[in-house]
Amino acid sequence: MAPLLRVSDLRAHYVGFGGTRVVKAVDGVSFSVEAGETFGLVGESGCGKTTTCHAIVRLLSPSGRIVSGRIELEGEDLVKKSQAEMRRIRGRRIATILQDPMASLDPLFSIYDQVAEPAYYHRSLRGRSLRQRVMELLAAVRIPSPERRMKDFPHQLSGGMRQRIVGAIAQAGGPRLIIADEPTTNLDVTIQLQYLNLLKDLQRATGVALIFVTHNLGIVAKMCDRVGVMYAGKIVEMQSVRGLFYRARHPYTKALLDSIPKLGVRQPLYGIPGQPPDLSALPAGCAFHPRCQRATDRCRVEEPRQHSPNGDGHVRCWLPIEEAAARG
Amino acid sequence: MATIPIGADRTIATRRAARRGLRALRQAPLIPLAILAVLVSVAILAPVLAPHGRLDPVKPTQEQCLAKYGTPDCPYVDNVPPFWSRGGRLETPLGTDFLGRDVLSRLMYGARISLIVALTGALFAGAIGTVLGVLAGYMGRWWDEIIMRITDAWLTLPSLVFAILLSSVRGPGLWNVVLILALVFWSRYSRAVRGEVLSIRERDFVKLAEISGIGKLTIIWRHLIPNVMNTVVVLFSLQVGVAVIIEASLSFLGVGVPPPEPSWGLMMAQERESLMEGRWWLEIFPGTCVTLLVLSANMLGDWLRVRLDPQLRNR
Amino acid sequence: MDSSLLAVRDLRKHFPVGGSLFGKARGVVKAVDGVSFTIGSGETLGLVGESGCGKTTTSKLVLAAEEPTAGTIEFEGRNIADLSRADLQDYRAKVQVVFQDPYSSLSPRMRVGDIIAEPIKAHEALSAAEVRGRVTELLELVGLRPDAARLFPHEFSGGQRQRLAIARALSTRTRLVVLDEPVSALDVSIRAHIITLLEELQQRLGVSYLFIAHDLAAVAHVSQRTAVMYLGKLVEVGDSLELCAGPLHPYTKALFAASLPSHPDESREEIVLSGEVPSALSPPRGCSFHPRCPFAMPRCSEQEPRLLEASPGRRVACHLYSAS
Ligand SMILES: Nc1ncnc2c1ncn2[C@@H]1O[C@H](COP(=O)(O)OP(=O)(O)OP(=O)(O)O)[C@@H](O)[C@H]1O
Ligand SMILES: Nc1ncnc2c1ncn2[C@@H]1O[C@H](COP(=O)(O)OP(=O)(O)OP(=O)(O)O)[C@@H](O)[C@H]1O
Ligand code: SF4
Ligand SMILES: [Mg+2]
Ligand SMILES: [Mg+2]
Repeated sequence: MAPLLRVSDLRAHYVGFGGTRVVKAVDGVSFSVEAGETFGLVGESGCGKTTTCHAIVRLLSPSGRIVSGRIELEGEDLVKKSQAEMRRIRGRRIATILQDPMASLDPLFSIYDQVAEPAYYHRSLRGRSLRQRVMELLAAVRIPSPERRMKDFPHQLSGGMRQRIVGAIAQAGGPRLIIADEPTTNLDVTIQLQYLNLLKDLQRATGVALIFVTHNLGIVAKMCDRVGVMYAGKIVEMQSVRGLFYRARHPYTKALLDSIPKLGVRQPLYGIPGQPPDLSALPAGCAFHPRCQRATDRCRVEEPRQHSPNGDGHVRCWLPIEEAAARG
Repeated sequence: MATIPIGADRTIATRRAARRGLRALRQAPLIPLAILAVLVSVAILAPVLAPHGRLDPVKPTQEQCLAKYGTPDCPYVDNVPPFWSRGGRLETPLGTDFLGRDVLSRLMYGARISLIVALTGALFAGAIGTVLGVLAGYMGRWWDEIIMRITDAWLTLPSLVFAILLSSVRGPGLWNVVLILALVFWSRYSRAVRGEVLSIRERDFVKLAEISGIGKLTIIWRHLIPNVMNTVVVLFSLQVGVAVIIEASLSFLGVGVPPPEPSWGLMMAQERESLMEGRWWLEIFPGTCVTLLVLSANMLGDWLRVRLDPQLRNR
Repeated sequence: MDSSLLAVRDLRKHFPVGGSLFGKARGVVKAVDGVSFTIGSGETLGLVGESGCGKTTTSKLVLAAEEPTAGTIEFEGRNIADLSRADLQDYRAKVQVVFQDPYSSLSPRMRVGDIIAEPIKAHEALSAAEVRGRVTELLELVGLRPDAARLFPHEFSGGQRQRLAIARALSTRTRLVVLDEPVSALDVSIRAHIITLLEELQQRLGVSYLFIAHDLAAVAHVSQRTAVMYLGKLVEVGDSLELCAGPLHPYTKALFAASLPSHPDESREEIVLSGEVPSALSPPRGCSFHPRCPFAMPRCSEQEPRLLEASPGRRVACHLYSAS
């Protein structure tokens, strides 16, 4: 069966300064998302996670371009769609949840108006059934006394509630895929837990697939089935969650795992030396080599190809490739 | 512990600085700079450059007098058009005014007065307004209450009427106009600067300075004023334009720079009807000078705004 | 404890809210409401709690940037409210701070050397050359090259800026550094560097830290003792490792449950709190945690629990642990 979403060799670049500076924010990203699963996209700030998401829903900022690649949603290539066709897909088949709940709610409209909008356009609900649907959605995201709350305006709600409203809006069009771009970054830990549990419950109830963008490996451990680790516009490692945490293959993933403090354990942390590269002037060879403890001469000149050891995911690093070659 | 390289070593850093300087020069708004340079040097060199005096009419030729008055002898010929028009003469290339004075010479001397009035007026206003704005924004409490009440009251006064009122007290005179401009326009700066300071003083670096026991005056001088300079420079460049125009209005009403001294505003004001009557040169030339000054001041202000900001200037 | 560097006793800070300039305030926010703790020389005390619980306000009180409504702060055995002007200046030299946002804590118009030198110039009479020497030392101490002094802050990355902020905080004879969420704004791959740097500096210089964060794992990692704060009050204080091994207060337990697993098979006691953090403007009666507490008893809504010793070195404010 074809996956729900298959992204193949996607390249999205930003062109600035009259074409003199090209930021290769997404540079050959491939992954797929099955129906009902949660795919995590992790990486440091500026590695191209948000750009990937925006490219999928074709909402890149004006300086951004999809240079090549395919984005197939249930077999249809979204790259070839017109913006008018995309408008019918966004909200109905793919919904997005963004980082800042205040910025994604319009302060001038009531909660009812905002939750009702996708249901009105994409589900063609009217009158009482629309109202019914909004109540259901608000109840599903556990807004207490939804009847009263839906007349409220965004500023009257707390941050956690706003975030849940955004979740309700995402659900309203009945999408098959929700792209959540760091949806809990601004929330308190206890509220974050509530929200993550809520997303899981919703997923269980509706079978919607999730692409979960985050830089927090703890969230990945809690939420995701499969994970892609992004570095400098590329997915450098993709695996099942367990594989990633127990058998990380890429030096970057390993370093990332060693750099986070673990609760109640006071072992020294490992800091990754150096800084993320400038995406408009990438180093030759493997983009990670200046920060990699195990880089070899080959890493400095030749870019590692995508390698899939025993079928589970893939990795872009010379070490596993060479190990595999040595083993025969 | 390993040290982390920043940028690069010293030689590269100096080379980079040199390159930055070159780039800054290339990016500088050369046309406005050139215009300002020309205006300023003309103002300074007016006595040398001006072909005629600024106050006395140009001696007419016999033909001119004959053509105009029918006698070979006359004290002056008024409203001679520029040299390329019919009846114009090369000796008075931009024509003469209603008293037969050479327009070009008067423009040159006028540059002195207009530049001094506009620049110093806007500068004094800026200095007063910045200091008061910073004090109101940073000291808060009754400083803020008092300064901002006055500022608000000031802003509601129609500036021209206020200026006229003041000048009727002080009487006409160049330095009085400067003083009036400063007294009228400081409130524009103080309001903007206070707003800026209110946000800057909440920034962590100001709090850090307070926590490490740095004195209030030092904080104002080292942290606040440099960070509001952007706003002040931009306002200044806008105010220069307004100042020229106010100066003109005052002169027109007889309370500004007193005639017969030429200022651009006065020249325009004295010849208001001339445009209707076809004597366009009396209006267009001083008008062009004012426009050039205002435009180049604005463009230069914008460039300075970028140059003054270390974050923007390396782009 | 007399050996402690800093001793905070029953500290309170109430902000009037809702009033206009001349009108009467309509209520008070009890941002800090009866907090006591000590920090020993060379020790790190961690302070965790959710947004708005009063961590930053506590730190401002310690930094003498705000006047406490009640309570005392003793530093090296002296109450800072009684200090003379000169002694207060000396206090300001010894107690410094690093803020969360490395982009707003360095003045964009000053060169890095001047930023680091600012506290030195304010507190010590040194020649320009001596100041420059000190700045060089400090830059090396935090792992930056000395020529960084001539650059402007925007030429540095977030992690490097945080190093600069740390260098500035250590520039005078600093004894205590308040770290208000020093790594929250940094990239994951950079955080470990800063935490490690802070730990190394503590070992070399013997400074004390008040380390504020809302990430329990990070706090427990750097601090010997951890204090958990909820709505302006401390609810649990204890040795970090012991606290992690067995949290007592239900809120601490919930924080633990909510801190994310470090690998996918880590099983956690699931305590999902219902509801939101109540507003500090109208805190609930009794134990302020009781509306969200899964273990709440009738008594909890009436009587406020006091912070009592549950075991040696471990204090908890919860009726579950107070006898009778
Ligand atoms: N509109 C734009 N024009 C030019 N460059 C851009 C634009 N938007 C993003 N970029 C650049 O593209 C790169 C990737 O940005 P992106 O927002 O996708 O990163 P991210 O992984 O989502 O980071 P974060 O974790 O900070 O959200 C960055 O280097 C960024 O500077
Ligand atoms: N100047 C002030 N006036 C009125 N209320 C204030 C003031 N400063 C803080 N508060 C209130 O005091 C409470 C505690 O704030 P504080 O900044 O100390 O929280 P915090 O624990 O540092 O939170 P965060 O994790 O978000 O930084 C909040 O409810 C806040 O709204
Ligand atoms: S390819 Fe080489 S440099 Fe890149 S991560 Fe692998 S080992 Fe390190
Ligand atoms: Mg992003
Ligand atoms: Mg805070």
